[in-house]
Amino acid sequence: MVKYFYLIAVLPLIGFLINGLFGTKIKNEKVSGIIGSLTVLGSFIITILAYLEITSLPEEARSITIPLFNWITSGTLNISAAYLMDPLSITMCLIITGVGFLIHVYAIGYMHGDKGFARFFAFLNLFIFAMLNLVLGDNMLLMFLGWEGVGLCSYLLIGFFYQKKFAGDAANKAFWVNRIGDFGFMLAMFFIFMNFGTLNFQGIITAIPGSVIPVSMFTIITLLLFLGATGKSAQIPLFIWLPDAMAGPTPVSALIHAATMVTAGVYMIGRTSLLFAMAPITMEVVMIIGCLTAFMAATIAVAQNDIKKILAYSTVSQLGFMFMAMGAGAFSTGIFHVTTHAFFKALMFLGAGAVIHGMHDEQDVTKMGGLKNKMKITFFTFLMGGIAISGIPPFSGFFSKDEILSKLFFGGHYAVFGIAVLTAFMTAFYVFRLISLTFYGKPRYDEAHVHPHESPAWMTVPLIILAVLSVVGGFIGIPHIIGTNLIEHWLAPVFGQALAILPEHHIVASTEIGLIVFSVLVAVIAILVSIKMFSKGEKLDAFSGGFYNLLRDKYRVDELYDKIFISPLRWLTEVFYKILDVKIIDGAVNGTAKFFNNLSLDWRRIQTGVIQDYALFSVAGILAIILYVLLR
Amino acid sequence: MEINFYLILALLLFSIGVIGVLTRRNAIVVFMCIELMLNSVNLVFVTFSSFLGNLNGQIFVFFIMTVAAAEAAVGLAIIIALYRNKSTINLDEINILKW
Repeated sequence: MVKYFYLIAVLPLIGFLINGLFGTKIKNEKVSGIIGSLTVLGSFIITILAYLEITSLPEEARSITIPLFNWITSGTLNISAAYLMDPLSITMCLIITGVGFLIHVYAIGYMHGDKGFARFFAFLNLFIFAMLNLVLGDNMLLMFLGWEGVGLCSYLLIGFFYQKKFAGDAANKAFWVNRIGDFGFMLAMFFIFMNFGTLNFQGIITAIPGSVIPVSMFTIITLLLFLGATGKSAQIPLFIWLPDAMAGPTPVSALIHAATMVTAGVYMIGRTSLLFAMAPITMEVVMIIGCLTAFMAATIAVAQNDIKKILAYSTVSQLGFMFMAMGAGAFSTGIFHVTTHAFFKALMFLGAGAVIHGMHDEQDVTKMGGLKNKMKITFFTFLMGGIAISGIPPFSGFFSKDEILSKLFFGGHYAVFGIAVLTAFMTAFYVFRLISLTFYGKPRYDEAHVHPHESPAWMTVPLIILAVLSVVGGFIGIPHIIGTNLIEHWLAPVFGQALAILPEHHIVASTEIGLIVFSVLVAVIAILVSIKMFSKGEKLDAFSGGFYNLLRDKYRVDELYDKIFISPLRWLTEVFYKILDVKIIDGAVNGTAKFFNNLSLDWRRIQTGVIQDYALFSVAGILAIILYVLLR
Repeated sequence: MEINFYLILALLLFSIGVIGVLTRRNAIVVFMCIELMLNSVNLVFVTFSSFLGNLNGQIFVFFIMTVAAAEAAVGLAIIIALYRNKSTINLDEINILKW
């Protein structure tokens, strides 16, 4: 059985090849969509089999390597293409293929009538393939292949509506910003190979205990890895691409820019957790960056009006929560939040897609209102997602977010904890602003022309399934004071070594109960305030003034980067172009040609055409040779 | 050594031929000078053949004379063709083989 597990990654590749090569021949969009979805469903089923297989093993043996072939052999560098199945990668695979399958099904309904239907499914399948390589790769290079692969698919899918300029621009922006992070990832790989002589995860883990590598080296490696994570997972300073990435179709936003790809950075930290545990400074940096990102993105989300932009900043903010958890050493909590976030954020994005679909491509929440009765299923499922992300028990978001907060508190990071609670307050606030403005109140759209309608079953069924998961998904990680935390126990073999290095924090049951009550109270107050402010539909903005404008303009970070980085670079390019390129390089090339042209204009006079002149030269040459031979 | 007389004669004949080729303008004369160079080489062949007692040189001379006869026919044909086209066999005026 084990030897067939590679099919998890291969099936979506087959789907990509079918839709990619013969997509234009298939013509029937149902066939394309079903091929795309079934391959992912197949992966999901095999992943479940793999899960069952691995749970039957004793805990310390829950790590299977599936070798595929020798990939690169050069000197001491020996890299094989092999998949690593352990609790961490299986958890990620379950999310990717499970949520991925639901989003594929949803997309059959959402993309109905689009000219690029088969192309869309080909790209989605390619994305699933790349993402599975990212999480299954047993060495950093294979992970990097997936890392770049998902970046490519993200680019292709953001720019899916390539006829529109802003989509192409957003795709380019995502790609370029990610390149900066990738550069950090690559440097980290070089350093790892230099120090450990291997890129294999298990090789690195076995090389660490007892090694003489200084802490500073671990700090450099992990900081570079984290730079890679900030690019892929949209953290400060590289978060700017994610909101723009909403130019892609909504299923793409749900799958790539909420549920799976953007969590790759969190996964990567989890996978290399031992390296991070060896570098306390990096852990602090990860936590602080995560905290700042979460806070900043949440404040921006309060002031946005585009339904997808609000959710995009919400995603950035929730990713910040995950990094806070990772930085605090709560690795399994971070992965837990990845899981629950995949459920409720995918749900909310798909719900937003259903709203946009029903409103005939209207994305501005200030031009909606009163959709509650027109789109019952969408409203109800979206509400489930909203409650989950706000952290109301027993919805899934409550368990993961509360565990992060409690880990921060008991880890002694009180300042970070405070900001995180404030962020949680804002999260509940902006989510219910979105829900109130969209579904409650009176319609603010042109009722004569726009007739909102519920979406077809292709779209509503995935919404319902995700809503159920958002509601019950949290029970895999209930707090210690209530029972066994299943996901922590499940992931323990992966993070055991890293956690052994980090200081242990004692959890006081009474304090934890206090924290839970506190955070629930915060969420409830935020929700009530939000509903009271916005559900009438009279008030559209939370407040006004200069600061509000700053928030609405996203702190003008894009403009700042433009001034600091892009404009000087443009100027420098101009200088290089005009001096280095035109003058020096072109000058050298054209000058050489001109030199020989001038030379030959003079020297061609030798060709007189008179045969006797040629004979004279020839004789002179012979005489010269004779003289040389004689006088030598 | 008497061989030197033969060789010096051959050298003189060859040099006269070369100078004739380089300086004369009439194509027929140039052609005759080329023949002179060929025959001076023949003379060297024969000299060494006789001096070394080896017949190979003699055989070569026969070959050269045969080829030279054929070449003379071709060369004269070319000169006649040239004259028909350009109404001259003055080499100075036949200078189209140039830039």
